[in-house]
Amino acid sequence: MPIQYYIFLCLTLFSIGVIGVLTRRNAIIVFMCVELILNAVNLLLVAFSKMYHGAALQLSPTSTAGIDAQIFVFFIMVVAAAEVSVGLAIIVMMFRNTHSVDINFLNRLKN
Amino acid sequence: MSTLEIIFYALSAFAIVSAIMVLVSKNPIHSVLWLILVFFAISGHYVLLNAQFLAIVNIIVYAGAIMVLFLFVIMLMNVKVDNEPQKKMIVKFIGALSGGSLLLLLVALVKQTTQLEGKQVLMKEGAIGLIHPLGQALFTDYVLPFEISSVLFLSAMVGAVIIGKK
Repeated sequence: MPIQYYIFLCLTLFSIGVIGVLTRRNAIIVFMCVELILNAVNLLLVAFSKMYHGAALQLSPTSTAGIDAQIFVFFIMVVAAAEVSVGLAIIVMMFRNTHSVDINFLNRLKN
Repeated sequence: MSTLEIIFYALSAFAIVSAIMVLVSKNPIHSVLWLILVFFAISGHYVLLNAQFLAIVNIIVYAGAIMVLFLFVIMLMNVKVDNEPQKKMIVKFIGALSGGSLLLLLVALVKQTTQLEGKQVLMKEGAIGLIHPLGQALFTDYVLPFEISSVLFLSAMVGAVIIGKK
């Protein structure tokens, strides 16, 4: 499978996430779109790792080149889990204060 | 067309349609359920790339833990569908236009990159996605980041509890 197919798929998912962040006002949906962006990047990292690994296997059959990218994906998932727990706590806090999850309430910091 | 290509196209179409439905759905609970389907499609892609560890972790961590947390928060807040705030039509249109332009720009950029021409992704072969080599790398070269991530989790837990307690 050519690498371009994976790049196009991940770019589409990434752009859908960006459009969601720009067009929705519900804070939870915006947060979910950020998760979608993270997952698109994860898939691209794995695809690139397999591309690199395939090229390295032809030089030496026992090579483990490209394993770093998959470790990176693992750490991205770890950080995303921590980020979601804190982010949802902030959203719950915001809902308790304003009784709404509208992100336009949060522009008070502007002034 | 080989079986691999058919599975690839089916999973990709499934992922993109589900991702669009995440945005289009009015009800946040439906959005969460569509997003879980996106994660399952991405896990299918990981299996196709023989990254079996990441496929399982993706399902357990994302579809299992994170999305349940989202569902829990949405049901706790009991946000009504009809009083959910909507952006103005013009803002939505401009947002979609900017996202589409970003996609167009990046696709055009990839299309004219000569370094990527003829590069193939290794499908369903190669052992780096299995648990044994990943565990070897994680506990030899990456043992320090791995331990630091546990401290990160501890601080995230303390932070979430303190933010939620007020």
